[in-house]
Amino acid sequence: MAIVAGWLVGTVARAMRVTPQGRVLVLDVPEWPGNLAGQHLDLRLTAEDGYQAVRSYSIASFGDGHSIELAVDELPDGEVSPYLVQDVQPGDMLEVRGPLGNFFVWRDSQTEPVQLIAGGSGIVPLVSIARAHRAAASAAKFRMLYSVRAPEDAYYASELEGLVDDSFALDWVYTRTAPAGFARTAGRVTRADIEASTLPVADNPLVYVCGPTGFVEAVARILVDLGHPAERIKTERFGGS
Amino acid sequence: MAVFSRGFGARRRESDPELPPGQYLTEDFPVLSAGPTPRIDTADWSFSITTESGAVTTWSWDELMALPIEDVHTDIHCVTRWSKLGTSWRGVSLDTLFADIDTSDAYTMIESYGGYTTNVPLEDLLDGKAWIAFEFDGEPLDPEHGGPARLLVPHLYFWKSAKWVHGIRMHSDDDPGFWEQNGYNMYGDPWKEQRYW
Repeated sequence: MAIVAGWLVGTVARAMRVTPQGRVLVLDVPEWPGNLAGQHLDLRLTAEDGYQAVRSYSIASFGDGHSIELAVDELPDGEVSPYLVQDVQPGDMLEVRGPLGNFFVWRDSQTEPVQLIAGGSGIVPLVSIARAHRAAASAAKFRMLYSVRAPEDAYYASELEGLVDDSFALDWVYTRTAPAGFARTAGRVTRADIEASTLPVADNPLVYVCGPTGFVEAVARILVDLGHPAERIKTERFGGS
Repeated sequence: MAVFSRGFGARRRESDPELPPGQYLTEDFPVLSAGPTPRIDTADWSFSITTESGAVTTWSWDELMALPIEDVHTDIHCVTRWSKLGTSWRGVSLDTLFADIDTSDAYTMIESYGGYTTNVPLEDLLDGKAWIAFEFDGEPLDPEHGGPARLLVPHLYFWKSAKWVHGIRMHSDDDPGFWEQNGYNMYGDPWKEQRYW
């Protein structure tokens, strides 16, 4: 799946509000070459006077096909994310370039245990990896830890719950508001959470961590402290506006 | 001809002629890394240049600090499309470090603690274009931004400014480093938008 040089025209096929701050967008891009699980793309908007803005977004979908799924969190002072979350409607056009990145990816030829750790909208590339794992009927042992502020902030919650089986375990961390009856008190991910709710060092998992910079820094540091080799930890960070 | 995105523009920012094409201005300092942040004590830190003859020249932290230190004010541009204007750094010029290095090779591989590598032509490191930087905005460089020291080569996209820099190895050919093997451009000129393969 080579990157296609230049910009590809896309049409918004669907736009679904899924969290208080975010939407899932499905784009129809006839020339899209397909993408690996975990890759991202550049998205370009052009105003009628020619002004352009470009941002990078992780892709929630994977594989062949010209339908691309993104999940976009609105940033308060952003110029692209508020348009994508509030304004854009099915039928509207934009441009994409990619797929990009060959490092933070999972291929169904991989057989080792995998730990996925997401903070907030950092779930997007990890959803793509979890979907690819299911689609391949992979026997590789998968476990996911998903940290969100509150239950309503979770993307893909019901889909992820539906993936749980012998080869896919799912654990939640709520940082501000936990659902009623949830055993763990709301708060940021701690070393004890990582020890209790992720694959142990003894399994030698490949660990994918994605989220805001502070979350990724904290989690990666805990993983290293617990004895995970740095080269077994892949990170992707969101930052900026 | 670009397609127009209906209704986009109400939230637009001002265009800034100081920004390379496709970049936007940020006041934050975002982080791009492929793995955990290495923690290196300056007591254990060293920097070396290895040439084609096998000669290795090494500086300890104290030896680096004893060299002439320059103040650098520069714009920086990340391939993930953010730019910061007028950032302030302190560091040692690569001209100083290469002053007594004997090499005929035209290319370098920058090597970092944690295994990260990136390739830069030697001429892009000399003549006042690159530093080993250890202060940002008057403070010691944070580990997540590459501390204790990173390469600073601000006329290229910022992934070339390798964090946690540990050494430079001379190469006769322009071999790809880490990000260059994973989809990023071999040279990375932001004004030519050399982002990807």
